[in-house]
Amino acid sequence: MQLLYLLIEIVVKCVVVFAGLMIVVAYLTWLERKVLGHIQVRFGPNRCGPFGLLQPFSDAIKAFFKEDLVPGRADKAVFVLAPTMSMIAAISIFAVIPFGDQFTVPGTNWVVKLRVADVDIGLLYVFGVASLGEFGIILGGWSSGNKYGLTGSLRAAAQMISYEVALGIAVVGVLILSQSLRLTEIVRLQGGGIWNWNIWYQPVAFILLLICGLAEINRTPFDMPEAEAELACGFNIEYSSMKFALFFMAEYAHMVTVAAIAVTLFMGGWQPIIPQLSFIPGIIWFCAKLFLFLFFFIWERGTMPRLRYDQIMKFGWKILIPLALINLLVTGFVVSLKG
Amino acid sequence: MIIPLLKGLGLTLNRFFSKPITTQYPEEKIPPAKRWRGIQYFEKDERGKTKCVACGLCMVVCPSQCIYIETAEDEEGRRYPLTYELDATRCIFCGFCEEACPVKAIFMGQGYEWVETQRKPLLMTTEKLLEEKKFNP
Repeated sequence: MQLLYLLIEIVVKCVVVFAGLMIVVAYLTWLERKVLGHIQVRFGPNRCGPFGLLQPFSDAIKAFFKEDLVPGRADKAVFVLAPTMSMIAAISIFAVIPFGDQFTVPGTNWVVKLRVADVDIGLLYVFGVASLGEFGIILGGWSSGNKYGLTGSLRAAAQMISYEVALGIAVVGVLILSQSLRLTEIVRLQGGGIWNWNIWYQPVAFILLLICGLAEINRTPFDMPEAEAELACGFNIEYSSMKFALFFMAEYAHMVTVAAIAVTLFMGGWQPIIPQLSFIPGIIWFCAKLFLFLFFFIWERGTMPRLRYDQIMKFGWKILIPLALINLLVTGFVVSLKG
Repeated sequence: MIIPLLKGLGLTLNRFFSKPITTQYPEEKIPPAKRWRGIQYFEKDERGKTKCVACGLCMVVCPSQCIYIETAEDEEGRRYPLTYELDATRCIFCGFCEEACPVKAIFMGQGYEWVETQRKPLLMTTEKLLEEKKFNP
């Protein structure tokens, strides 16, 4: 009986997280267009429904009705598989992120913890699955049978693996502080108010996470792989209709993922700003902090110019990795001194 | 290098909170300039008919050859256009016909919004051109 309830709980949690994520991704596209529009002193979409709120539905219907083309020279199996890999990797990371504390189902004494899975290698899982997501982009560009797609995907691959190194080394700083890879533990250790958040103890790692996170998800200023103006859309040039929509959604889902990781590791996850405000449920705090990061990502997309490819490589290898190593050394030194 | 980036972020945040300058088209329209070359119209004389004497100058000067004129003489001996057809789908709105006309019969109006689902209504005849004056005070 217990097993049945457990199974139901897991299935319901998966469905809720997945549905919530899809809605967030759809309305993230709306938010991006509105915010970019207002930054450029124009309205974003405002015709489909009040304030353009039904625009994501209109986009979905358009993507559904477009012609779904598989190029003649494409490798058909890989071509169809690539966007799904991207999407699966982006969504799977949400299995370990803690959204809130716990609540008891009213009427019973069944405690529901607000996370899908509480693995004790949570952080390692996150980085492993994030690396798998890169396969989608590489295979997508290569299987298109198009030399521009191939170039775009090779650039994407090189960029992603370079910035992953810096990202991993930066996050080890947080690991040293919390002495556990378990994400729920990392969040729990940041309890007690805003002054306990890791952002004050690891500011360099935080900045590195933001920069390398942007590079991982191919977002301005690192969006050379899908440079709309230069490379004629890069690796997803041969994709149309639902497959393109999947790549597009995977990019936004990945953006939400990086924001969620940043919130969990550095901003205290679902913890409130001051303990007196803990009557507001943890998930509201998580969503508010997530929104802050998403707004920041969109804001700096509207601000910063795109880096050229050699500038991206130079920045990643010659500036960020040494910075991450120095951060690691200093953190280790300070922690070992404190005993 | 960091400070200019932060200043840029401040600038875009400022712009984010400022009022957008777009005119929302069907609800708000920008009125065209006084000399705007829009849909053509005929001037009426005191009898209510067109001033056009079918001299054919506008037909000759039109770069797209969109005007077709057949002349005739009415009972009082005046020359008038039996057929005056201006094909609005060919017209490039250059205004040469208005400049060429010696009797100030044809003018470029203020209209620019004209959508039809068939080609026939877009072929302007004398009647249509006389009617068009209503929209051009």
